Amino acid sequence: MRLRGSPFWIGAAATVVLAAILSLSGVNEYFFFAGYVVLQFVVLATAWNILAGYAGYVNFGTAAFFGLGAYTSVVLILSLGAPLLVQIAAAAAVTGLLGFGTGLLTLRLRGIFFSIATVAIIYIAETLMMNWRYVGGATGLQFLRPLPMVPFETYTRMLFFVMAVLAVIAVSIARYVESSWIGRGLRALRDTEEAAECNGVPTLRLKLFACTVSGALMGMAGAPLPMYLSFLEPASSFSLNYSVVALAGAIIGGTSHWVGPAIGAILLASVQQIVTVTISSEINVLVVGVLLVVFVVAAPEGIIGLVKKLRRPRAAAGNPS
Amino acid sequence: MIFSFQLLFEAIVFGILLGCFYAAVSIGLSVAFGLLDVPHVAHPAVLIFAAYCAYLLGSYGWDPILAGLALMPLFFLFGVVMYRFYYETFEKRGTEAAVRGLAFFFGIAFIIEVGLILAFGVDQRMVEADYIGKSLTFGEMRVPLRMLLAFGVALALTAALTLYLSKTFTGRAIKAVAQDEPALRLMGANPVRIKQWAFGIATAVTALAGALLIVVGPVEPMLDRVYIGRTFCVVVLAGLGSMTGTLAAGLILGISESIVLMHFGASWAPAVAYALLLVVLGIRPQGLFGR
Repeated sequence: MRLRGSPFWIGAAATVVLAAILSLSGVNEYFFFAGYVVLQFVVLATAWNILAGYAGYVNFGTAAFFGLGAYTSVVLILSLGAPLLVQIAAAAAVTGLLGFGTGLLTLRLRGIFFSIATVAIIYIAETLMMNWRYVGGATGLQFLRPLPMVPFETYTRMLFFVMAVLAVIAVSIARYVESSWIGRGLRALRDTEEAAECNGVPTLRLKLFACTVSGALMGMAGAPLPMYLSFLEPASSFSLNYSVVALAGAIIGGTSHWVGPAIGAILLASVQQIVTVTISSEINVLVVGVLLVVFVVAAPEGIIGLVKKLRRPRAAAGNPS
Repeated sequence: MIFSFQLLFEAIVFGILLGCFYAAVSIGLSVAFGLLDVPHVAHPAVLIFAAYCAYLLGSYGWDPILAGLALMPLFFLFGVVMYRFYYETFEKRGTEAAVRGLAFFFGIAFIIEVGLILAFGVDQRMVEADYIGKSLTFGEMRVPLRMLLAFGVALALTAALTLYLSKTFTGRAIKAVAQDEPALRLMGANPVRIKQWAFGIATAVTALAGALLIVVGPVEPMLDRVYIGRTFCVVVLAGLGSMTGTLAAGLILGISESIVLMHFGASWAPAVAYALLLVVLGIRPQGLFGR
């Protein structure tokens, strides 16, 4: 599991530079509109995997963190007219806190109980926002986009670049968590929590850490949403669809390696974008469901697992799982 | 807000009717998840699917309740196949596969939901029958006849399943497999076949519950998202696998929801089940009648 640092950081820097060049070039505006969504799911799937992939706690509540991130931005826009970076930082703080709270739930709940509790968080957050007049209630609010920052021609291009940076940050954090003692501790508690605890792994601290980081990243992904859509209402921003796409992206890519969720999310969200444009938006949810079930049944290790099998067919055949 | 006993009384009566209905839609999950330990997140989606099947038969002039009864054998087979598939792909492989089993049912729920949207559209659907739209009057109170009917069928369904599980040989075997699977295996029984049968029963019961769902009110494909909260709330509150507990928990949910509905308005009602669920999970995860 030892990773040599420099190739990764070169890749990360190259991604950011590429995103910057793209967003300053003359590429069609629609590319950024769709690309933003793809990158947003890279952040969500990567964040989801920090908790589920390493620690084994399946969070169905991605939409709660995502939506609450978006609503944190709304409150800041309405009350202070805060700039985008402040919105993102505040969203990370708020959803990080919610993540910490979710982490406390893991004290008593495991498996499906934890998962159902996270679904409950979505609906409670949605109902609260629906009944809060200040942020628009059930009908939502419209927003006027400010002018983009200097080098960018349009606001969408700027948001695309910002989301690319967030994606790189999320993947870097996931990679750090995975390769450090934190990741080893999380994997230990995923396999047998009691045994890990007995061997001196600080399970509660690790779980709280993973929940907080995962929640904060999801909130960050949601923070630019009001400005991206120029509109926000509770039903669609707390949609369970965000949860299923994040989960499916990570599982399709492979949960055992930090790059898996990123690959899975890019593939899945791109297919979704193409299907939405060419066929219909209902079919795109169907695609997610079908791909999720197919991968979970036929290729449980995801694309990462398939690649490993292709590379080392003999070693894989020797493995009894 | 003006507090009145009349209103509270009406809320409680309506809550009792609603509560029995909630018990009926949850009892399949109580068997599948409570007794068999299958993370059946797709249960609400199957419920809505059954409601649409009843709607489809209703458009050929079938009575919805009769349609629900007719659907039971088909859904039994559906349940058997679903469990068998789940067992072969996930359960057999131990705990590592449990996480994936959860994701599997989540995916199935979405496939059913989108399938219904593609087949029927996102609009609300309802059925027609003589008892829908009429109501009985008791003094100042009006009780819709369809709620009374749903109440009666729900009560009968819950009672029948409770009796089946405690009195018949197979029913007791199902309870045994939930209590101690290795022991059952030592007795020479095949736990997988018993679980398969039980899952079939659970799904068949859900078919009738789905028919009740469309009798009680209009149905739309995304309704399963609300019922995830309601069904799991009832099952967890009841204590896993307790049938009488399911009825009691259904009543608690029904009454709380109807009180909130009457005093705070419809926008808060769907959150009641989720809030109650979260409270139960946080304070007493083993439920009221937990083992």
